[in-house]
Amino acid sequence: MNNVIVLPLLIPLFTAVILIFFKEKITAQKWISALSGLLNMAVAGFIVYQVRTEGIQTLNMSGWLPPFGIVFVVDMFAALLVLTTTVVGIACLFYAFRSIGEERERNYFYPFYHFLLTGVLGSFLTGDLFNLFVCFEVMLIASYALIVLGGTKRQLRETLKYILINIVSSTLFVASVAYLYAAVGTLNMAHLSLRVAEVGQGGILTVIAILFLIVFSLKAGLFLFFWLPGSYSAPPAAVTALFGALLTKVGLYAIIRMFTLIFHHDSSFSHTSIGWMAAATMLLGGLGAVAYSDINRILNYNVVVSVGFIAFGLAAATQDSLDGVVFYLMHDMVAKALMFFLGGMIIAAAGTSRLQEMGGLIKRYPWMGWMFFVTALTLVGVPPLSGFTGKLLIVRGGLDAQLYGLTALGLASSLIVLYSMMKIFMQAFWGEEKLNPDRPRTKVSGMGSAAAGMFIVMILLGLGSEWVYSLVSQAGEGLFRPELYIEAVLKGVG
Amino acid sequence: MELIMSLAIGILFAIGVYLILSRSLLRIILGTSLLTHAVHLLLLTMAGLKRGAAPLLGKGAEAFVDPLPQALILTSIVINFGVTSFFFVLAYRSYKTLGTDDMEQLRGTEDE
Repeated sequence: MNNVIVLPLLIPLFTAVILIFFKEKITAQKWISALSGLLNMAVAGFIVYQVRTEGIQTLNMSGWLPPFGIVFVVDMFAALLVLTTTVVGIACLFYAFRSIGEERERNYFYPFYHFLLTGVLGSFLTGDLFNLFVCFEVMLIASYALIVLGGTKRQLRETLKYILINIVSSTLFVASVAYLYAAVGTLNMAHLSLRVAEVGQGGILTVIAILFLIVFSLKAGLFLFFWLPGSYSAPPAAVTALFGALLTKVGLYAIIRMFTLIFHHDSSFSHTSIGWMAAATMLLGGLGAVAYSDINRILNYNVVVSVGFIAFGLAAATQDSLDGVVFYLMHDMVAKALMFFLGGMIIAAAGTSRLQEMGGLIKRYPWMGWMFFVTALTLVGVPPLSGFTGKLLIVRGGLDAQLYGLTALGLASSLIVLYSMMKIFMQAFWGEEKLNPDRPRTKVSGMGSAAAGMFIVMILLGLGSEWVYSLVSQAGEGLFRPELYIEAVLKGVG
Repeated sequence: MELIMSLAIGILFAIGVYLILSRSLLRIILGTSLLTHAVHLLLLTMAGLKRGAAPLLGKGAEAFVDPLPQALILTSIVINFGVTSFFFVLAYRSYKTLGTDDMEQLRGTEDE
C-alpha cells in the first residue's frame, strides 16, 4: 500500500480542473501548467527510486483487497514509462508555450493537455482491465479535442476519421472485455493471469487474445496504422509531438502488458502473429517514409516504423529483447517528441512542409540543422546515442529466438529511417537557399529551447546507458517473470 | 436466452458495420451508436442471464444477478454518450465548414 503511486494521475487531473477556471488568464495557465508538470516529474522520479529500492508498489483503492477493488500497480516498466511521459510532457508544454498561439490557449488548450496526460499516466499505472479502458477513453477524448482545436478544414476532416477509428476500436475493446469476463470471470490483471493459467490458454482464450491484439494494434498503429499518417499531420507540431511520443506508446504498453502478463502461456500463435504484424509494419512504414516528400508524412511514417520495431522485440520475447523493448520505448518517446519539435521548427522557418520548396536552412539556422542531424543518427541507432542500446538488445534477442528474417528486416528498417531522415536533412538544410531573401528571419529560438532541453535528455539517455540499463533490466525481468507482478498484487490474498 | 441475445447482438453488429461503411456521415454516426448498443448488450449477455433479483440488498432474495457488468455497462454508456455527442457536433461543424457530408469527398488529397 503506497498512496504516492496515484499522484502522477491526480496531479494533472486536478491541474486540468483548476485551469478550467482561468480561461482568459493565459499567463496564469502557463505558470500553473509548468509548476504542475515539474511537480509531477519529481513525483515520478521518486516513484522510480521507490520501485528500485523496495520492489513493485501497489495501491488498493479504498482499501478493497484485489481482485475485488481497483488496484494501481507500479512495477519498474510502468515507473520508467511514467517518468519518461512526464519529461516528454514538460517539453511539449514548453514547446506549446511558444508555438501554439493565443487563440488555442484561450480555448482550453492546457486543460485538454492535462487531461491527455491523466489518461496516459492512468493507463500506465492501472492494474485493472476495465480501468485501463476508462483511462484510454480519457486519453482519447482529450486527444479528439486537441486534434480538432483550431478548427481548420484539414483538422475537421482528419478528426472525423480519427474519431471513427477510435470509436470502433473502443467498441471492440468493450467486446473483448465482455468475452474475457465471460471466460474467466475477473477483470484484475494479476488475477486474470492466474485464472488464464488455471484454465489453460485454450482456443477461446487465444481468440480473445487476438481480439485484444487487434484492439491495441489499432491504437498503437501496429500494422493497422492506416489512420495514423493522415490524422497526425493535421494538428500543430506541439500536439503531434505529444501524440507521436505518447499515444501510440500507450497502445504498445497495453500490448506488452497483455502478452507478457496474461496471455503468455501458449505463445506459439499469438507471438507469431505479433511477429508477422511487426514485419509488415516495419516494411509498410518504411515504404511510406521513403515515398513522401512532405515533412509531416515522413515523420509520421517514422513513428510507424518504430512501433513495428518495438513489437518485433516483444515477438522475440527473450529476456534480452524485453530489456531492449523497455529501453527502446523510453528512447523512442524522447526521440520522437524531439523529432516532431524539430520538424515543426523547420516548417515554421521555411513556411512550407514540402521538401522541394526548401533548401539552405543551415545558413540561417545552424543549431537547428545540427540538432536535427544528431536526432536522425539517434533514431537510426548510431552507437554513442540512445537508440543504440535498445536496438542492440532487441536484435540480440531476435537472434537468440532464431527470428533471422525479422531481425534482418529490423536492421533494414534502420537504414530506411536513416535514408528518410537524411533526405529531410539534405533537402531542407543543404543546397542553395530557396527562402525569399526579403522574408524576415522567423524566430524559432523559443521552440528551440524546448527542443534543446529534450536534446540534452536524449544525449544523457545515450551516454548514461549503463546506468539506465540497471533500471531497465529490472523492468525487463518483471516482464519476463510475470509471477513477480502477480505476487506483488495478490500478496496475502490467497 | 443467451442464444437469442447473441443472435440479436450479431444482427446489431451487422447493421452497425454496414452503416459505418456507407458514405453519409450521419449514417456512420448511427452505425457507431448501433455498435455501442451491441457491445453493451454483449457485456450483459456474456456475464450470464440467470434468473435472480435486481442487485438491491433490500430485496432480501437468495440469488441476485451479477452486479459487475451492470456497472461496466453504465460506465461505458456514459463514455459513449459523451463521444457520440462530440461526434455529432463535429459532424455539424464539418458540414458548415466543408459543405459536405459525403465521406468520399472528404478524402485527404491536397498534399500528396
